[in-house]
Amino acid sequence: MSTARALPAWADIVLVPLLSVATAFLAGGLVLGAIGVDPWNALRELVGGSLGSGEGLGFTLYYATDFIFTGLAVALAFHAGLFNIGAEGQAYLGGLGCALVCLHGGGLPGWVVIPLGIGAAALFGAAWAYVPAVLQARRGSHIVITTIMFNFMASTLMAYVLVNVMRPTGDMQAESAAFPPSAIVPSAQAVLAAVGIAAPTTPLNLSFLLALACAVAVWVLVWRTRIGYEIRTVGQNPHAAVYGGISPARVTVLAMALSGALAGGVAVNEIMGVQGRLLLDFTSGYGFVGIAVALMGRGHPLGVVLASFLFGMLYQGGAELAFDEPKATRDMIVVVQGLVVFFAGALEGLFRRGLARLFQARLRPGDTGETGVPARVAEPGGEMP
Amino acid sequence: MEDAVAAAALILASSLRLSVPLIFACLAGLWSERAGIFDIGLEGKMLVAAFAAAAAADASGSAVVGLAAGIAASLCFALAHGFASIEARGNQIVSGAAINMLAAGLTAAVGNAWYGQGGRTPQLTLPASRFGDLAWPGAEALRGVPVVGPLYANLVSGHDVLTYLALAAVPLTAFVLYRTRFGLRLRATGENPAAVDTAGVSVRGIRYAAVVIAGVLCGFAGTYLSVGQAAGFLTGMTAGKGFIALAALVFAKWRPWPSLATCLLFGFLDAAAIRLQGTVVPGLGEVPVQAIQALPYILTVVLLAGFIGRAVPPKAGGIPYTKER
Repeated sequence: MSTARALPAWADIVLVPLLSVATAFLAGGLVLGAIGVDPWNALRELVGGSLGSGEGLGFTLYYATDFIFTGLAVALAFHAGLFNIGAEGQAYLGGLGCALVCLHGGGLPGWVVIPLGIGAAALFGAAWAYVPAVLQARRGSHIVITTIMFNFMASTLMAYVLVNVMRPTGDMQAESAAFPPSAIVPSAQAVLAAVGIAAPTTPLNLSFLLALACAVAVWVLVWRTRIGYEIRTVGQNPHAAVYGGISPARVTVLAMALSGALAGGVAVNEIMGVQGRLLLDFTSGYGFVGIAVALMGRGHPLGVVLASFLFGMLYQGGAELAFDEPKATRDMIVVVQGLVVFFAGALEGLFRRGLARLFQARLRPGDTGETGVPARVAEPGGEMP
Repeated sequence: MEDAVAAAALILASSLRLSVPLIFACLAGLWSERAGIFDIGLEGKMLVAAFAAAAAADASGSAVVGLAAGIAASLCFALAHGFASIEARGNQIVSGAAINMLAAGLTAAVGNAWYGQGGRTPQLTLPASRFGDLAWPGAEALRGVPVVGPLYANLVSGHDVLTYLALAAVPLTAFVLYRTRFGLRLRATGENPAAVDTAGVSVRGIRYAAVVIAGVLCGFAGTYLSVGQAAGFLTGMTAGKGFIALAALVFAKWRPWPSLATCLLFGFLDAAAIRLQGTVVPGLGEVPVQAIQALPYILTVVLLAGFIGRAVPPKAGGIPYTKER
């Protein structure tokens, strides 16, 4: 980041994202106002609908689970200087992995088939990320373009598999047969009921804990292991990494495979946790929410979890809002998502430089306070040294 | 024989119609990326243009007003992308992704709020509110002539004005890009902006010009979808065409004439997929339409991998230019 001006660390970590996200929400409010919805009322409904009841909270956390998985996937790739737009396709293929295990391992007890299903989701997601990663690492194919192409290939492949292969004969819906009950990840209310707490019926299931565990694991991996150090080095400067004896090609492939595996977590939550069968388009754009979440969380697992929670609120509260205010459809969430990506992602430098100018009087030389996404992300050509 | 020619003329005509939005969008991407601004927001710009064009054509009853609105809407998004990429020196991929999300959300949300038809705009029923097909002189008279007749009547004649504009945009792009001073400077900006700057030419100005041209072309692409091909806007009606155009751009190695060829090929694949839906080939069974639909993406990845030639993007693409102080 050649032009990074000094900014105190706290301002960089807290103030910059806060300002940019606040601007995004302000702009979202303006859009709501423009289509004739009272933004304040909408905000009240949104918060009330997502946090006001046990049921709302359950749904919020269930959505957040998906976003933590895809957000971590995008964030981990960011650290290696890679832009993974393909979380959507990787999650979709993860569903195929889960479904194959769950449908064919019917006789196995839950404690065997569920871990196997999770493993298969991660493996299939990783495999779908592996090809673009290898092409980037060995042949210099731009990973942004290839992952976009792989998203579309995933959607045509899955449409084919669901309609022509996995659909039970005579069934009209393009979906697989239902999984045996042993392959379903226990729901939150079942677990809570076991310890004597009555909880409302929501799609929230134990995948949420898996997502949180993944967040911790990503933190340990990136900041506390040798591989993480290599990933960050390649992300900041692949040429320097080579001098340090690190192979950027190996790191690229590894980071992308792990990223794809994380994206596969969406399948665990949706397919094994809630639907109990493989469906068309079950990922419903959650892979792209991951981009917003990773940018908003500044690539840090804690930030990703917090941003996921906020987006979970948006999805659940937005659904409630759409109920009362027919004009404020759930498409507004996509608008806010786009605004967050625009302000917290594309215009992030503008906010940082603006703040830096304000802080300039009080800065010390050398205090760059840089923590965010490496500037090299999605640099074109993608030539690895 | 007669039937075969007529059928071929029909499928080629349908390929041409399906490639028109791809040609506009692909050229838009070409202008932008040759100047060093990556543009994965083609899809989004087409989508807002399609919505604005349909809404304006519905309100005014004029297809031309629709086109103007489509271009204006697409330009707004293009300038937002330009601002983020040039002024704010932000990440162009992130900005493009934001453009796509914003377009998908805004068109659906605003469309629903305005018309209450699930994001659709009202059907354009007035003939003047759409771009009608132009019949070329003698098309009807020649229709009976073997071979030439159906080809002339269905393939050469009988498209709307936007189709011919798309075809004209290709030589125009090639000419300006390779035969004018502006084109040379634009290409240089995409390869080595510092050299352009040293020569006293504004990198910023060239890049803004490129972004604006891309916006206008995406405006044409979107307008064609909702006011030319269809009679109104449907949510998400671009359906990935912006990304196919992006794939075509890579496949054409960022050059105008190969862009046309690739877009026609991808349009043909689309037409073939529609035509072959549900047909059973003896010995093979039902044609997997998904395989044909996925072909543009697969071909692009194979090309990107360097197995059939090498696709090298403009060297300075995606890198914000900072003038030395």
